Amino acid sequence: MIRIERRLTESRWLVVAVPVGSLIGAAVLSSIILLITGHDPLATWGRLLDGGFFASGAMSATLVSATPLLLTGLAAAAAFRMQIWNIGAEGQLYLGAIGASGIGIALRDQPTLVVIPAMVIAGLIAGAAWAALPGVLRAYTRTNEIITSLMLNYVGGLLMSYLIFDSHSYWRDLSTFTARVFPQGKYLSAAASWPSFAIGGIVIPLGLVLGALAAAVLWLIYTGTRFGFEARVIGDSRAAAHYAGIRTRRKIVAVMALSGALAGLGGASEIGDFRHVLDPRGLQQASFGYAGIVVAALARLNPFAVIVVAILLGGLSNAGFSLQGATFPAGLVGTLQGLILFCALAGELLVRYRIRLGGPARTAPPATTPSVVEVA
Amino acid sequence: MVAAGQVPAVTMRGISKRFPGVVANDQVDFEVQQGEIHALLGENGAGKSTLSNILTGLYRPDEGEILLDGKPVTFHAPRDAIAAGIGMVHQHFRLAASFTVAENLVLGHRDAADRGLLLEPRVVEGRIADLSQRYRMPVNPRARIWQLSVGEQQRVEILKALYRGARILILDEPTSQLTPQEADDLFQTLRLMAAEQRTVIFISHKLEEVMAVSNRVTVLRRGRVIGTVMTKDTNTRALARMMVGREVVFTQKKEGPAPAERDVALELRGVSATGDLGTPALQDVDLTVHQGEIMGIAGVAGNGQRELAEVITGMRRRTAGSITVTGRVTRGGNPLEAIQRGVAYVPDDRLGTGVAPSLSVADNLVLKAFRGPPISTRGVLHRRRIRANAEQLMHRFDIGAASAETPARQLSGGNIQKVLLARELSSRPRVLVASSPTSGLDVGATDTVRGLLLAAAQAGVGILLISEDLDEILALADRIAVLYNGRITGIVERQHANVEQLGLMMAGAAVA
Repeated sequence: MIRIERRLTESRWLVVAVPVGSLIGAAVLSSIILLITGHDPLATWGRLLDGGFFASGAMSATLVSATPLLLTGLAAAAAFRMQIWNIGAEGQLYLGAIGASGIGIALRDQPTLVVIPAMVIAGLIAGAAWAALPGVLRAYTRTNEIITSLMLNYVGGLLMSYLIFDSHSYWRDLSTFTARVFPQGKYLSAAASWPSFAIGGIVIPLGLVLGALAAAVLWLIYTGTRFGFEARVIGDSRAAAHYAGIRTRRKIVAVMALSGALAGLGGASEIGDFRHVLDPRGLQQASFGYAGIVVAALARLNPFAVIVVAILLGGLSNAGFSLQGATFPAGLVGTLQGLILFCALAGELLVRYRIRLGGPARTAPPATTPSVVEVA
Repeated sequence: MVAAGQVPAVTMRGISKRFPGVVANDQVDFEVQQGEIHALLGENGAGKSTLSNILTGLYRPDEGEILLDGKPVTFHAPRDAIAAGIGMVHQHFRLAASFTVAENLVLGHRDAADRGLLLEPRVVEGRIADLSQRYRMPVNPRARIWQLSVGEQQRVEILKALYRGARILILDEPTSQLTPQEADDLFQTLRLMAAEQRTVIFISHKLEEVMAVSNRVTVLRRGRVIGTVMTKDTNTRALARMMVGREVVFTQKKEGPAPAERDVALELRGVSATGDLGTPALQDVDLTVHQGEIMGIAGVAGNGQRELAEVITGMRRRTAGSITVTGRVTRGGNPLEAIQRGVAYVPDDRLGTGVAPSLSVADNLVLKAFRGPPISTRGVLHRRRIRANAEQLMHRFDIGAASAETPARQLSGGNIQKVLLARELSSRPRVLVASSPTSGLDVGATDTVRGLLLAAAQAGVGILLISEDLDEILALADRIAVLYNGRITGIVERQHANVEQLGLMMAGAAVA
């Protein structure tokens, strides 16, 4: 019989050893697959690292991919820390994109210093408002926020498509004949293009800088403020929060809004940094919101770790594009990426749970429920 | 009915079970004859549940052996005990609410009635009909569990055990959620089962029903067997004495003059409240606690104690009446209001409610004080002051923790309680509600906690001490109120209190 038991304490060395072990596991598993399919594992690994991080321009491309992941990862981490399961970063990102592009179009004649802050704020507010919906439902009617926030992703996606494809909305470009036949959004003015910063040949988008800033702010909020303290107590024990006189419901709405604001900023950055137009298909294909959940989980909800993980995953997805080719099918790229993610997440389980073979579970003290999952 | 010299159906010999900081069972010897209804009597925390969990294979004893019909057995898991013919009916039912009665009975159970994956509902239903007729437990096998009353659900639990071939049936506090009529029906069923040579172990802390249904009684106190007696040779008075214990183990006595002349700290007038299920839990409670007074609330758990503590501390809304703290009526239903009025609370659910278990000792020590200076100003926490506060309180209250950053859940029960008391008492409260403050603690920690309560009373705090431990109440309280069925059934001065009388009042017996 195999049992999986929750560890009473998380040992320090495991926190380091497990990620290393997961990487080795991923390397071994993917090497087997590569050997079977007739590829040289070492060379492939080399190309993977090269394509993701070391080739000329690779790091800049990786940071582009990492920017939305960072913001949606922070969005997920902000909510998950309070045990509020906001699965709606995807939809909140769409709304952020709608808000930021709308303001960008409206202020097209204004200077950069006006347009960009306005876009940032619009993204934050739109994302926050969209997340506040499931937040309010959760807090005041006890509706499951996982379901409502998830469902709102589809609503957000459809809204975005409606604005461009199914209506003559403010966002849609109707200025030319082609634009009327092949629907597309209005492009933003040059003043609405977010600046980037080049350091040592690596181009850093403004969105990434804002994301890193947001990570620091999030960390400060959670460790150094009353708000963060209350959120931590609520996340740990609703009963204890109620006992300590904490107004749980308002806090749930606030944390959802904070989470949504971060995802909305991700949407604004997609518009301002990269796309410069509301692009429903591109945004929906990217699935940044869902990827952000993986980022937050791998980072163990630590905002600074979210930065690192977002860059690593950004690199992994970019490397995939460069691996892909005549002799290296896309399916195999996906398999490798999946294996690496799988090993990383499986390792995460080992930090918190132990696996015991045979024998009865050690009895837990009577006051606590033994959280034992039997796999038989 | 109980033949002498017969090999007992169940023999537990020298059973000991220790949990961190607690000895739940200490060299327990327990014997049950076939065909008898044997009551296991004791207060909460006396070790009844641990003993039954050992017999049903949920726990393994640290020492001792179990014999069924004279043959030694070892249970590695509950299914071993089920296979040996032991069935357990838990206080909180373990039924799948959206399944039918018949489905619940076969759930997780394999026998001839099912062929492979397909259930044979008619066969199962037929057997259920047989069993329920035989033991007068009418229940519709096709009804879904959520449609049934609590009493009916209990019948399903009993039928489930019988269906799985239980010869020995253990019922844990089976009447705690039943109406008197349902309880009578249950007793009838149990007698029928005993008459058919099945063995019933009846766990309870209610004296009257033990007298009504059992053949013999074994009394547990603090994990030890106090004695086994024939029910016909005893009475509620004697059992109460055995259960609560006459000797006062702890020597601390509350000193001194009657605080009744001092100002009123807490006053309840006609307070009513409902329980979690919306049923009345408190009815028309009048209570006055003076400054420096310890008012003991005696009573068996589930008679409104939790609701009483919660209405006073704002965690539950009252449905009627008024609560006055140091002369001002509270709005109620708001824990923050109570905290700001100086009502401190040591809840009985220490680890889940009293502390945030994953947060550090330091954070838990400011769980209520984090709102303002000196711990925070304008919404910003001062980590250094949190740490200094922790170090000071850990020293003053002798809290045994590796460091101030240790998560609270890693502490022993006694140290968690010290964290709670340190936090609550350092807030300079006017009123302290302490719920079962020493349950589950070892002797040393119990002594410390009682000392802290007495010191707080000396300092003028009005204390409401809710406890099932009569010894504790007799040792600490100035006055004692008994709570039964949500009502205060009597208030006595400590000098005039007598264990037997209190024990009877707690068990709901009318006192002349």
